[in-house]
Amino acid sequence: MSTTTTSKPTHPELLTGSATAENRLPGWHMLLTALAAILLAVLILALFGSVSIGGVIVLGYGLHLVIGFLYSRVREGRRWAADRLVTMLVYGAFAVAMIPLISLLWEVLHRGIIRIIGPIPLQFWTMDMAGVIGGMDTGGISHAIVGTLLITLGATLISVPIGLFTSIFLVEYARYGALKVLGRGVTFLVDVMTGIPSIVAGLFGLALFITITNDPGIRIGLMGSVALSVLMIPTVVRSSEEMLRLVPMELREAAYGLGVPKWLTIVRVVLRTAIAGLTTSVTLAIARVIGETAPLLLTVGSLPLMNANLFEGRMQTLPTFINSQYRSGNAVCNSDVMTNPITQIDYACSTTINYDRAWAAALTLILIVMFLNVIARLVSYYFSPKLGR
Amino acid sequence: MAQAINVEDLNIYYSEFLAVENVNVTIQPRSVTALIGPSGCGKSTFLRTLNRMHEVIPGAYATGSVEIEGANIYASGVDPVNVRRRVGMVFQKPNPFPTMTIRDNVLAGVKLNNQRISRSTADELVESSLRGANLWEEVKDRLDKPGMGLSGGQQQRLCIARAIAVKPEVILMDEPCSALDPISTLAIEDLIHEMKQDFTIVIVTHNMQQASRVSDRTGFFNIAGTGKPGHLIEIDETEKMFTNPENKQTEDYISGRFG
Repeated sequence: MSTTTTSKPTHPELLTGSATAENRLPGWHMLLTALAAILLAVLILALFGSVSIGGVIVLGYGLHLVIGFLYSRVREGRRWAADRLVTMLVYGAFAVAMIPLISLLWEVLHRGIIRIIGPIPLQFWTMDMAGVIGGMDTGGISHAIVGTLLITLGATLISVPIGLFTSIFLVEYARYGALKVLGRGVTFLVDVMTGIPSIVAGLFGLALFITITNDPGIRIGLMGSVALSVLMIPTVVRSSEEMLRLVPMELREAAYGLGVPKWLTIVRVVLRTAIAGLTTSVTLAIARVIGETAPLLLTVGSLPLMNANLFEGRMQTLPTFINSQYRSGNAVCNSDVMTNPITQIDYACSTTINYDRAWAAALTLILIVMFLNVIARLVSYYFSPKLGR
Repeated sequence: MAQAINVEDLNIYYSEFLAVENVNVTIQPRSVTALIGPSGCGKSTFLRTLNRMHEVIPGAYATGSVEIEGANIYASGVDPVNVRRRVGMVFQKPNPFPTMTIRDNVLAGVKLNNQRISRSTADELVESSLRGANLWEEVKDRLDKPGMGLSGGQQQRLCIARAIAVKPEVILMDEPCSALDPISTLAIEDLIHEMKQDFTIVIVTHNMQQASRVSDRTGFFNIAGTGKPGHLIEIDETEKMFTNPENKQTEDYISGRFG
């Protein structure tokens, strides 16, 4: 190509109405307009005598949408101005979406960390609430952690086989004729199940065990597992169904072509190929139920002591612990020192102790979910199909 | 080891739809038979009935008989799994198992069936199968690398090695080169030439030059129109099919005067 042809645009008409590369302004111009918008916002708010950080940010952002757009419209042309405007809107939407997330994490972290690091570091995770009363500056959630883990494990052990087998049926077997009709029915029921309110799942677990044992006061950990699995099964079915459908038909045919029976193809090829996605779907299902409160209040109750037996008696769980602590409100401190009636050990009295415990338990719950997520990520990483050379 | 295939009165259906009608043909042992024809004429469908892979598609079935070594694979009580162990298949798109290494892909037929195999037998099987697929020299130093890391042509030869490793009598190839470049295609065609010493090979191809290069006999499938069943119009020695076919439709098709 000669230099004359490259220096001239071949289709100059394409550039009319928009800025060429030359009159595109560097990014700091936008910082200047943003500064101007903020100053203007401060001035306007000062005029009304109510300058606040939130007000300046909101009004400044609104003003910048106008100022930045008009400035860009004049200097850069219509297309780039539209680009600037939409960019600002997208950043704004992103910021709005991040506010609840960041503030939630910050609140839980800075309120929850108090109990976890003090007065004795990590004692909160190793103690239970035996003999802890009033504003006693002690107590822990080891019993609630064990309860939550056991009940969720029970729910997972019930839900994963049922959910996985259902999705295998839907994807691999309900493909033709009567089975396909049956599959449609199952899918419909699973969809209905997805919408069951958690309190109804709790009532189901309660009613089921009352019917079996004929004891209206029965409260055992397994009941909670059953109630949670009602919520968990549809999640597992739908997400693992998606994962199994993602496995290409060619891989199944490749296995069939080698004379591998259908059931072995499902176990060794389909499930093996989808294992990363299946792990993720199970983790998401666990995260969905681990924070459930209402069904556990109904079926498991609460207990200040360690009970690691899923098949007998009430258990404490983190969500119900948070609920009961927060509802207790401020403790009353008549004297500075309180004595544990069982151990005869003296403790200081703290009026905010119940709130501190609730936040620390909330932080613990988030940490458990995060830990499960990390494990799921690791499993996906090590078992997903590798493409490298 | 290689066996003749006798097809009699074969009708192939997808649910109520008759896809291929009344096929009668004998496929010679230790030879390459190519099937050509326009898209949708049923040649792949026919190929897939030769190891009952056809039935994998919901609602598909076939009537008539396909005899291998005198035994009808559509007789009642025949397990399609056993048929597929004797009649291997190579697909259009290379489909090595993404979770397996090169070595495990070759051994897939053994390992997926949960058969016990000693380390040394396995090593021999891997080497002989990969040599049989002309891939050994290229991958012998990276047998423990993922099969998906190979090039398209190498992946297809890996799939051929995987099919050979089960020690079938017949190998069906469904457009094995259509996703490959000319160099890889040449490698596969050379391989097909060598493989017919040991196997009966049936290959479906869209490429008439390929059919004339690799096959001993060629069959031409055609379809009268959309929604009508496909028919095997003519099957004969490849040389005769491409120089002096008996049927007018065949002549029109191979000379490009079709439709």
